[in-house]
Amino acid sequence: MTLFLIVLLPFVGALVPALTIRAGRDVCAAATGLISVTALGLLLAQAPAVMQGEVVHARLDWLPWLGLNANFFLDGLGLLFAGLILGIGVLIILYARFYLSKTDSMAHFYTYLLLFQGAMVGIVLSDNILMLLIFWELTSLSSFLLIGYWRHLPEGRQGARMALAVTGMGGLAMIGGMLILGDIAGSYDISVILENRDAIQASPLYVPALLLILLGCFTKSAQFPFHFWLPHAMAAPTPVSAYLHSATMVKAGLFLMARLWPVLSGTEIWFYLVATTGLVTMVVAALIALFKDDLKGLLAFSTVSHLGFITMLLGFGTPIAAVVAVFHIINHATFKCALFMPAGIIDHEAHTRDIKRLGGLRRLMPVTFVIAAIASLSMAGVPLLNGFISKEMMLEEASHTVWLGSDLFVPVLAPVGALFSVAYSFRYIGHVFFGPVRTDYPAKPHDPGFGMWIAPAFLVTLVVLIGVASDAMVGDLVATTSRAVIGSSELPYYSLKIWHGVTPALFMSIIAIVGGLVLLSAHRPLERLWRAISVFEAKAVFDAVVESIAAVGRRLTDGLHDGSMSRYAGVFFVTVLAAGGLAYFGGAVGAPTRDPLPIAVVPAIGWLLLVICTGCMIAYHRNRFLALVLMGVIGVIVSIGFAYLSAPDLALTQLSVEVVTIILLLLALNFLPRETPRESSQGKRLRDAAIGVVGGLGVGGLVYLMLMSDFAQPTISAFHLENSKTGGGGTNVVNVILVDFRSFDTFGEIIVLGIAALVIYAVTETVLRGETGRRLARWMPPEPGAGDRHPLMMVVATRVMMPIAIMVGVFIFLRGHNEPGGGFIAGLIVAIALVMQYMASGFAWAEARQRFPYHRMIAAGVLIAALTGIGAMIAGRPFLTSAFGYFQIPPMEEFELATAMAFDVGVFLTVVGAVMLSLESLSRIARHAGETVNLEPMDVMPEETETPEKETQ
Amino acid sequence: MELLVASAIGVLTAAGIYLVLRQRTFPVIIGISLLTYGVNVFLFASGRLAVNLPPVLTKTAEGYSDPLPQALVLTAIVISFGMSAVIVMLALVAYLSADTDRIDMGAEKGEEN
Repeated sequence: MTLFLIVLLPFVGALVPALTIRAGRDVCAAATGLISVTALGLLLAQAPAVMQGEVVHARLDWLPWLGLNANFFLDGLGLLFAGLILGIGVLIILYARFYLSKTDSMAHFYTYLLLFQGAMVGIVLSDNILMLLIFWELTSLSSFLLIGYWRHLPEGRQGARMALAVTGMGGLAMIGGMLILGDIAGSYDISVILENRDAIQASPLYVPALLLILLGCFTKSAQFPFHFWLPHAMAAPTPVSAYLHSATMVKAGLFLMARLWPVLSGTEIWFYLVATTGLVTMVVAALIALFKDDLKGLLAFSTVSHLGFITMLLGFGTPIAAVVAVFHIINHATFKCALFMPAGIIDHEAHTRDIKRLGGLRRLMPVTFVIAAIASLSMAGVPLLNGFISKEMMLEEASHTVWLGSDLFVPVLAPVGALFSVAYSFRYIGHVFFGPVRTDYPAKPHDPGFGMWIAPAFLVTLVVLIGVASDAMVGDLVATTSRAVIGSSELPYYSLKIWHGVTPALFMSIIAIVGGLVLLSAHRPLERLWRAISVFEAKAVFDAVVESIAAVGRRLTDGLHDGSMSRYAGVFFVTVLAAGGLAYFGGAVGAPTRDPLPIAVVPAIGWLLLVICTGCMIAYHRNRFLALVLMGVIGVIVSIGFAYLSAPDLALTQLSVEVVTIILLLLALNFLPRETPRESSQGKRLRDAAIGVVGGLGVGGLVYLMLMSDFAQPTISAFHLENSKTGGGGTNVVNVILVDFRSFDTFGEIIVLGIAALVIYAVTETVLRGETGRRLARWMPPEPGAGDRHPLMMVVATRVMMPIAIMVGVFIFLRGHNEPGGGFIAGLIVAIALVMQYMASGFAWAEARQRFPYHRMIAAGVLIAALTGIGAMIAGRPFLTSAFGYFQIPPMEEFELATAMAFDVGVFLTVVGAVMLSLESLSRIARHAGETVNLEPMDVMPEETETPEKETQ
Repeated sequence: MELLVASAIGVLTAAGIYLVLRQRTFPVIIGISLLTYGVNVFLFASGRLAVNLPPVLTKTAEGYSDPLPQALVLTAIVISFGMSAVIVMLALVAYLSADTDRIDMGAEKGEEN
């Protein structure tokens, strides 16, 4: 369970910065830090068991038959990575508190940071590859937010976009690879996959799976040729670079290679792909780093180089190389993070990161100098620091690696990479801190406050301690992690000590350090040469590729989407008809199995009316008012049809919906043109008519065939009929289905209805505020309105009818459970009663007498329905289970009370609220368009008729 | 009776499709409403037709019509009101802000056949 908590904590905690920022920046940072510290504490509490060789599991089955489980496990590898993520996370939160300027939104930053942290922890603790993939994508998304944090800077936005494009693309490839892998192993659980090495490597799908997964790892870990996104991501604030781009996210690719190392490694293709990519990346990136003038650019390429270093070791496929890889992951995280933070400090204090404009900072910023120098020396691989030991061990492994039959290729190139590494490390020290103090810094540099240097100082302390006493410091951690990576409890012989004797690696080290120093001393001429030969700019290539893909996409979209809605609709109908035709002509239709019902005279007349009205609709639809009248007739016939065919509830609903729909369309028609012009050519009309006729024939034929044959299988309706009274306590089965059997459906539907009404409300609000609202205010009605807008007879009649109509509504509602009726119908009836007041006395008059707003009514309705459902859960039953009982209060008859009735109240309120909010919104537009507001309920008040006459006299 | 219901649905559908393919918002809305009638009756009819057998339990009833499609169609009718209201609103707003109720964007260059 603790594992769930560790993963969830950062996600839940992502709310904390926004909640605490009002209490000040210190409180916000402290609260955020506390989240990470708590998660770290929970993790460390598990550490002793893991160090003993135990693997902590946490399982939560969600859809086990699909392999979708929320399973977490913690072994040595997970512990190391989760520890790095949370531990360095705490330091970064501290550092960022002082790094961010007053104008930067701290709450945003910490929220993104915690989201990222949660996603990273999720990756390293997942025991299910599908869940791992989700966390993987989450890191891409949250890092997008972090890199683009300074959204006002174009570099930040471009860098974020590039990072997302490259890592996102890799992530997509990886999804494919992981699915193949899970398919081969027969399980998506990592712990199961890890036990199926032989089956996986023997599978013909091993190579495609490997290629896809490596694509994901290489893009994430910025391996050549996907390395180019990382330097551009340096537009991010420095805490982000230090966190994501040195210690955590870019190591996700390495983590995955290490995680799957037991099953994927050891084959030739693994060796040549991974080791070669790593080697090339290490050398090329180190060379580029040497000539980067941007301090963070230098560090970015050095990171790429060191990631290549670790990738190469994993690629070697030998257990001892894997141990070295693990060790270097620890070392790199410590010294690289401790290098990024001083770079941020320098940027912060000197207002530039350009190495050419720096120099001589040793005297001005002594504390920063000491921190940066120690970390740099470790990166260069100078003895007594941790970087030295892992580099020594790497060179030792490289010295006896044979590549394509050549025993010189790797042993020569590896020290060359190390040599460049020494050169750029010393450049960081020499060109930034040494040399004369200058007078032309953009700002006067000085050491920052304690808060900003304590985090890197802590890290360099670790650098020194691990360097001096590696075994005591991290010996157990390396051993435990390595066992997890190798997948066996047997570790190869290795020793984490400074002096390994006179070995080839020692000579390589010496050559690298001396060569690196020589290279640096010749930096100026070499740089001119480099500038002359390097014409290749990865960003330009990337932009060109993206642009050409976008151009193809644009052409395709523009071709298909030309803005002609009727064409889309036509294509849609033709496609559907073709699919239906294909099914019809490809299948067999059985003979009718039911006897048709006799045709009575009255239904036949109704049918004739419907057909005539529909025909008239086609002929006269250009007269819009007439079209509405015809639509009303059709609706009424449909309602009567429902009543005739044993569906009283449907008849009631259809009738009342018909009324509100027609009123709604009338209100809208007030502003729309009264006529539809004749635009389409004869040919197009014929074509559309043909589509319509074919569609009508198809649907009609389908319905006829369906009606004439029995159900292929017994339906579930019998269950509802049987249990309606005994289980749901009502005799109106339709209503019991709505509020009881399928009340979850109904719950969803009233929410949809409420959302639709809120959309209408929101659209109205937006429109009335904008340009359209101003235009509307100048709107003139095309014809004069009725002289008697609020006729006396109508006002009086509706007032008298209002209580009666509402009583009918209440009656329909109350009887709904046992007789036709219920919340939907009652809601519509009450809405109609209210609308009548609007129509009779005008919108403004009615609104002034309205006690509560309709959107609150919708909310109340949905809440009541939800609370009814939750009530069942409190009583220990599933959501929305209903209960009922019979009561008697003398002298009344016995009556029934059911919780379903409370649910129906929710339905009722939502329906009234939604219908009224929609109509009200349209009326608001009318009012905005200059419709006058009357203060009296009718135009001519009977008792005041004397007064105007007197005045006129 | 089956023939009447089936042909009525067919007629409604045919008219609905024809109107949806028009160029202005209002006939399209009317067309969608006609299609809605057709679809709702279609769904209702999937429970097969019955006369004088309402699904209200009584001691004397000889049988009941299928209640399940009725319950589904009941909510469908109400939801289709919500949908109509939204598209009516959008049509109105589009007309007020663009001063035309054509449904085709870029009508100048769009096909006019």
